[in-house]
Amino acid sequence: MQVEFQQVHKQFGTVQALRGIDMRVEGGTIHGLVGENGAGKSTLMKILTGYLTKSSGRILLDGVEVDCSDPQVAAGHGIGMLYQEPQDFPPLNVLENFIVGRDCDHDLNRTEQRERLTQLADKVHFTLHPNDVLEKLTVGERQQLEFLRLLGREARVLILDEPTTGISDQQKMLLFQALRQIRDEGCTIILVSHKLDEVEALCDRVTILRHGQVTGEASAPFKVSELLEMMFDKPPSVDVVDHHYHPGGELLRFKGVTAAGERVGLHDCSVSIRQGDVVGLAGLSGSGQGLFLRLAAGLATRREGMLEFVGQSMDKLNHKAFRQQGGVFLPSDRLRQGLIPGFTIRDHFALAAGLSSAAAQQAAEQAIAQFHIRGTPETLAESLSGGNQQRLQLALIPKSARMVLLESPTRGLDVESAHKIWRFLRGDFADQGAIVFSSPELDEILEVANRVLVFFEGRVVRDLLADELDYEHIAAAMTGK
Amino acid sequence: MSDFSLTILFASVLATAAPLIIAALGETITEKVGVINLSLDGSMLLAAMVGFMVSYESGSLVLGFGAAALVGAVIAIVVGLFGIYLGLLQVAVGFALTLMCKDLAYFLGNPYSRLQGPQMLSIKIPVLSDIPFLGPVLFQQPLIVYVALILIGAIWWYLFQTERGLELRAVGENPEAAYTRGIDPRRKQLLYTAIGGALIGLAGAAYSLGIKPGWGRPQGIEGLGWIALAIVIFGGWHPIKVALGAFLFAFLQVIGITLQGIWPSVPAQVFQVAPFPLMIFALVMVNLLQREGVQGWVKAHPMLQRFIKQLQGVPPRALGKSYHPD
Repeated sequence: MQVEFQQVHKQFGTVQALRGIDMRVEGGTIHGLVGENGAGKSTLMKILTGYLTKSSGRILLDGVEVDCSDPQVAAGHGIGMLYQEPQDFPPLNVLENFIVGRDCDHDLNRTEQRERLTQLADKVHFTLHPNDVLEKLTVGERQQLEFLRLLGREARVLILDEPTTGISDQQKMLLFQALRQIRDEGCTIILVSHKLDEVEALCDRVTILRHGQVTGEASAPFKVSELLEMMFDKPPSVDVVDHHYHPGGELLRFKGVTAAGERVGLHDCSVSIRQGDVVGLAGLSGSGQGLFLRLAAGLATRREGMLEFVGQSMDKLNHKAFRQQGGVFLPSDRLRQGLIPGFTIRDHFALAAGLSSAAAQQAAEQAIAQFHIRGTPETLAESLSGGNQQRLQLALIPKSARMVLLESPTRGLDVESAHKIWRFLRGDFADQGAIVFSSPELDEILEVANRVLVFFEGRVVRDLLADELDYEHIAAAMTGK
Repeated sequence: MSDFSLTILFASVLATAAPLIIAALGETITEKVGVINLSLDGSMLLAAMVGFMVSYESGSLVLGFGAAALVGAVIAIVVGLFGIYLGLLQVAVGFALTLMCKDLAYFLGNPYSRLQGPQMLSIKIPVLSDIPFLGPVLFQQPLIVYVALILIGAIWWYLFQTERGLELRAVGENPEAAYTRGIDPRRKQLLYTAIGGALIGLAGAAYSLGIKPGWGRPQGIEGLGWIALAIVIFGGWHPIKVALGAFLFAFLQVIGITLQGIWPSVPAQVFQVAPFPLMIFALVMVNLLQREGVQGWVKAHPMLQRFIKQLQGVPPRALGKSYHPD
């Protein structure tokens, strides 16, 4: 079945997630939909399945306009989606998960359903036991089940959203094999991915999205460099900051650290961070950077390996020790994890330094002047703009800090605010200590970092110094090339 | 002598447990679909009053039970509309309703206080009631006891053997996923909350029209709604285990009354109150068994493991969270 989008727009509040998508997917092909996180891939697909409603535009199936206003209607048109997060019911067993839903053929009894499940599984060489409880299955097996369920109700358009996240290589091979098999039987497949090696291996054609717009299309065989150029913004032309690098003593050391969390976890990570480092953590979001920062800050538990901060071993969970030794961590969710909504700027100073009300008032006034925070000591944290919230967080960093960890420090800020923040950070901390930050914007990392760690699927795949920094090289490493 | 008193003991346990079973099963359905209806203590009291009032005025027990079920369902629908559709905290809405219903029951029910009204009598089932011991225990009971016993099996069957029951459980576990499969989670939640509420109402009337006949202040069933809530947790959201929990509590209550006769020197209040802390103790024990440390010890004893596994229950994952499609 041919699928066509015409001028599809989607707005979330004031945010334009999709700005007029035109895209055509031919029947019986595997079509890749690639782009950075936040490019709008998942949103577009959720509109096709009826999970989200479009703001405007048309969707055509085999040239006929259809209305996909809710999942039941879309399923009626033969559209099925394998969501990134398995949309299933863990306490129920495999067979029950296979059956449940309005889109299932309810004329069959349990025994017949069980046979159908086994039949489908055999067809694509999956091994699933109908009576196993889903909770005991791996993500890959749960995905296989979902895949069989969609096959079972004869989906003619199958959408897969990042299907290989968190599954084993063997499961990946089985899945790819099954996908090729059903494509050859006439099923239309849309593969949403940012992993270019997979796109290369599977897709007949790709569409590239960036910031909610189509930036290009290509047919197999693909040129990776062209795809990368269309996926990411153009590399910056001028370097703003001088990348001089004179590392001092070691501050933080990861030695063979493995930890679970944030879906992909962190695997066998060995990194040493020295005084004078400004380390940018590059990678598609959720590739392990966040977990790396939380481990360093003593906010996450590691399963294996050693972690040392200023020569002292950090025990399992010890954020307090981390702070006492001069560490600071600023999470990306400023209002939920960084600041306290309902507290004024003055309250924040009183709390952070244990100051009396009058002393806090003075500190707050000083900080407002020094950091150009638009507000008064009585302004509540939540009524500050994003940039001002971030400046408040920076103002709260004690002067003695030796290690500043930041998670997406300029998220949601305009260029001017971002520059102010970096000017301050580089000026104050870069020499006396180290800065480690993650950012979804590769441009930002290249601008300010003198060292870059590239994360892919929970592993540090590159550790690059300033003179080795190359836009294309990093972008390729981020997507697993 | 001992045989005779045992018969009475078990027969009373069954009768005492019946309304509790019905209420706890109603709450089980509600929670299985992901909604907490915290109003059941007050709701049962109001339904007991309305049930008594209607059958007193009309002379019909059936009308009384019907009215009580309706009261329970309407209150549950209020919880549903506010909690599911308007996204208020279900616990807060339920709690407010429980307090309101209790006061409303005493206020509206005042004219019917201490009146002699219709009540359910025991039905002797021919032939079966002549079986020694089992006959008087099982087959000489008010109709509501049979209803309660049948409901245990019926609800188990509906939840675990039918497609509709599967959808019900699916919504309680993951409403988003249910939505992607063409099920409207909120409609399901409202429907089963209303049905659960009707059962809770029925349980209220089972007291005022049968097990503790009449209406008065205090009615003597205050707090039983909270116990029914605890029993749902005790039973791990499984209808059969929930029913066993209700039997356990009823047994504690009846044994208290029996012991009161044997040890008259112990203050009567001790026996009245004892079932409540004992129930909490049982809950703590069940909870402790799920701790990691205990789990390790349990694994070393395979015989125990089978038994303890039966005691464990996991709450529906979406319990108390309202679902909003984009």
